[in-house]
Amino acid sequence: MNFRVLRALLKKEYLQIFRDKVMLRQMLMMPFIQLLLLSSAATFEVKTARMYLVDNDHSETSRGLVEHLRASGRFVVVGASPSMEPANDALLSRDAGMILGIPHDFERDIVRTKSAKVQLIYNAEDGALAGVTNSYAQQIISAYARDLGASLRPMVAESPSIDIRTRGWYNQALDYKDYMIPGILVQLLTIIGTLLTAMNIVREKELGTLDQLNVTPIPRSAFISAKLIPLWTIALVELAIGLTVARFVFDVPMRGSLLLVFFAASLYLVVALAIGLWISTAVDTQQQAMFSSFFLIMIYLLMSGLFTPVRSMPTWAQWIAEVNPVKHIIVIMRAVLLKGAGIADIARPLTILAVSGAIVLSLAVRQYAKTSR
Amino acid sequence: MEGRFDRRIVRETGESIVIATLRAFIIKELRHILRDRQTLIILLLMPLVQVVLFGFALRSDVRDVRLVVVDPSPDYATLALRARLAAARRFQIIGIAPSMHTVEPLFRQGKADVVMAFEPDFAARLQSHGPAHVMLLVDASDPNTATTMQSYARAVIMAYEAEEGAHRGKAIQIVGETRMRFNPTLESVNLFVPGLIALVLTLVSALMTAISLSREKERGTLEILLVSPLRPWQIIVGKVLPYLGLAFANVVTALLAAWLIFHVPFRGSVVLLLFESVLYSMVSLSLGVVVASVTQSQRVAMLIALLATMLPSSLLSGMVFPIASMPRFLQIVSNVVPARWFIIIARGIMLKGVGLEYLWRETLVLSLMTIVLMTIAMKTFKPRVA
Amino acid sequence: MTEPPSKGAAIEVQDLTRRFGNFTAVDHISFDVAVGEVFGFLGANGAGKTTAIKMLIGLLAPTSGSAHVAGLDVATQTEQIRRRIGYMSQRFSLYEDLTVLENIALYGGIYGLSDEQISERSSSMLQTLGLTDQLVGKLPLGWKQKLAFSVALLHEPAVVFLDEPTGGVDPITRRQFWELIYSAAARGTTVFVTTHYMDEAEYCDRISIMVDGRIATLGTPRDLKAEWKVDSIDELFVRLARAS
Repeated sequence: MNFRVLRALLKKEYLQIFRDKVMLRQMLMMPFIQLLLLSSAATFEVKTARMYLVDNDHSETSRGLVEHLRASGRFVVVGASPSMEPANDALLSRDAGMILGIPHDFERDIVRTKSAKVQLIYNAEDGALAGVTNSYAQQIISAYARDLGASLRPMVAESPSIDIRTRGWYNQALDYKDYMIPGILVQLLTIIGTLLTAMNIVREKELGTLDQLNVTPIPRSAFISAKLIPLWTIALVELAIGLTVARFVFDVPMRGSLLLVFFAASLYLVVALAIGLWISTAVDTQQQAMFSSFFLIMIYLLMSGLFTPVRSMPTWAQWIAEVNPVKHIIVIMRAVLLKGAGIADIARPLTILAVSGAIVLSLAVRQYAKTSR
Repeated sequence: MEGRFDRRIVRETGESIVIATLRAFIIKELRHILRDRQTLIILLLMPLVQVVLFGFALRSDVRDVRLVVVDPSPDYATLALRARLAAARRFQIIGIAPSMHTVEPLFRQGKADVVMAFEPDFAARLQSHGPAHVMLLVDASDPNTATTMQSYARAVIMAYEAEEGAHRGKAIQIVGETRMRFNPTLESVNLFVPGLIALVLTLVSALMTAISLSREKERGTLEILLVSPLRPWQIIVGKVLPYLGLAFANVVTALLAAWLIFHVPFRGSVVLLLFESVLYSMVSLSLGVVVASVTQSQRVAMLIALLATMLPSSLLSGMVFPIASMPRFLQIVSNVVPARWFIIIARGIMLKGVGLEYLWRETLVLSLMTIVLMTIAMKTFKPRVA
Repeated sequence: MTEPPSKGAAIEVQDLTRRFGNFTAVDHISFDVAVGEVFGFLGANGAGKTTAIKMLIGLLAPTSGSAHVAGLDVATQTEQIRRRIGYMSQRFSLYEDLTVLENIALYGGIYGLSDEQISERSSSMLQTLGLTDQLVGKLPLGWKQKLAFSVALLHEPAVVFLDEPTGGVDPITRRQFWELIYSAAARGTTVFVTTHYMDEAEYCDRISIMVDGRIATLGTPRDLKAEWKVDSIDELFVRLARAS
């Protein structure tokens, strides 16, 4: 490779990037906005559920149950009525998120048969919310039953009891942010790598400057390196910014080696940039470049385990995820940052990234050769 | 008398010229859209692929929890619990270890999810009314899955505890019978389709409009339009109408896919849903015009449109993440995200089968947003190119 | 018109043809251009000029026939040719977001000039054109075109291809532009130029007129006017273009 040519081209790319202040500002703002938004918005944690009460028992036991739910701080009673109709209406109009129905012989059943039923009806329009709320409610109800048992026979602690202690490894506080932020950083790398590369090259096509370059004796390798290296460095700078914000604003733990994180990210970026290069050879306008990248990125991200666990997917989708580079870099980022994994622990995904980088890049470069003539 | 008559003729021919120009302009815009096959195919394919991906692949239910049991002194109770776990379809016991030493590397490499560690002499403790201790260690790097796995494991243990208690006739049981209204199986595709429609509409309406307008600006063709007899609002209408059509086609594709492939319910009025989609499109289109009028190049228009429309529509709309779970500040911000209101409407119509009697508030909000944004769009879309 | 290629010709074209599917854009054209000649390559829009130029500069492979530029075969020696030619397209194609000097440095680097050569040639270029260093995007169109031409000559190519270099430029600047062309030719550079301005055609040493992918006529402006019995090249052009 001719390094004088490469140097001239690189200088031009950096000059252009740093001259476009609006674009630069947007690029630097992106990690902040994404982290701020995603890390605080992307959570399924339930704060308070609005509960509509249909208590037909009006006993001390039923009131005790409601009081327990309330005291947990997770449930507020937004309305009560003896019949189901207004409750249903509240569910339909979204004034309430759930209905607690207590049948009128609730207390009597407990006293006589030691077993009673309550109804929990959720607005499952928002399924995730309903599921989480339900698991809280169930836990509180069984705790109440246990307390009730103890208070009815305070002297006799005869019933066998198992004490369950739980501990979450790597993320004791079950902080959703810690889990999301490594993934969000990957999303950032992907957008910069693929979208901006594709747009950058196609822009020169649209402006006609690419034809001008094609009639010069620039070696293909120099042209492609000069296009990819600046965006590669920018993406790594963005990653550094993102990690700093994650560390100091969001207190995300960084248990593993940051060097390893950057090493894996640089490998992954080769794939992301090569995909952008490949898109740029297939399209003619920035608009097309944008929509094609967008389309691909969307599929990649959705199938990567960023939002939903890969292991919950059907088997065929898991196989697809296996060849999805985004999945592997997310696994690596989470393992290194949250679990402190070392290079031996992530050898497999790292190898897959390196191999796919080599394959995609050589395909894209070949494709580029065909279209530039 | 005659003079007035003449003037009317002049005015009428003037108007018909404008209408003809407007029509020619709309046809030109349609040609642009139809000629760019690649973008068109992607735009038409996008909702389809999204519905299929969300329907088939994206589930958050937790299956095949990989469990390691640490059992230093196996006895009847721990063996009974192990048998129950093995029988539960959700668990897959991948190893039984005498102590915790070997477990940590499995976690770090992501090969195990849960460790259930019994204390020595578990059964003996249980016999003497305990409490007998068991520790659940969960890979909590994904807190959602962790919580779910934890509650599954807990449920198995508690069921065992309750049965043991029932044997001796002591414990009290309160069964919470759960009903998930409007989506009994919590089918994720049912939940996502309304959100997807919002996303696709945002993409086509806001992003496409912003880019195609700023493209005309970049190329200087907008100046030609601005010196034509068309008024600014007519230019906007001409620009926006074809995209409205495209957006409409997208909604129909997404709905058909959802209905035919995944049997997503349509409990309410389809006509109302389509009407609300058009309303939402108009909000997005006006947003697109506003973005285009404050930017100079396609790239910047794209970035701003992404940050100002796509990001909030996917994150702050309640499509994936419940608004009720967000911090107060973001909950307030989410009020100005049009997608939030549209998703309530779409879910209401599709899943609950309700009509305007329950959705008038949201519809009103969207209508107000349209009016406000349209006004801003007209104001910022200056008749002269800066 | 199919003379045997003579030694010392800058461009030799023999039966050059390019088809796109069923459409033949360039149909067996043959001609030579001598070293140091200013050759006008005329034709109506869509006559096949741009396709022909793209083959000569190696952006498009010929379907059949052969062409040599600076003694090198366009089909096989594309890379070597690119070192020996300059090209200026009808669309302005310097980087508007770079300054004059930055553009010069870029192309100097691409053609492997040393840093001293670059700084020397850029200062003489600024002087000749009477320009100061500023963002290229801020220059008026005429200045941009003159700059683009000078940059195309930066590496002292044997042949320079100009594709409608003066489109949209005012008459005075066009005159200055042609002075630049003459001085390049005087230094031995062969100039291959397409244009729509027939007065410019009269400035060329020789011209050819393309109609429907073929070369309808070729010669010095004076000979052609005599041969076709017309007063101006403009008249000749219109007559040939109408005949198709």
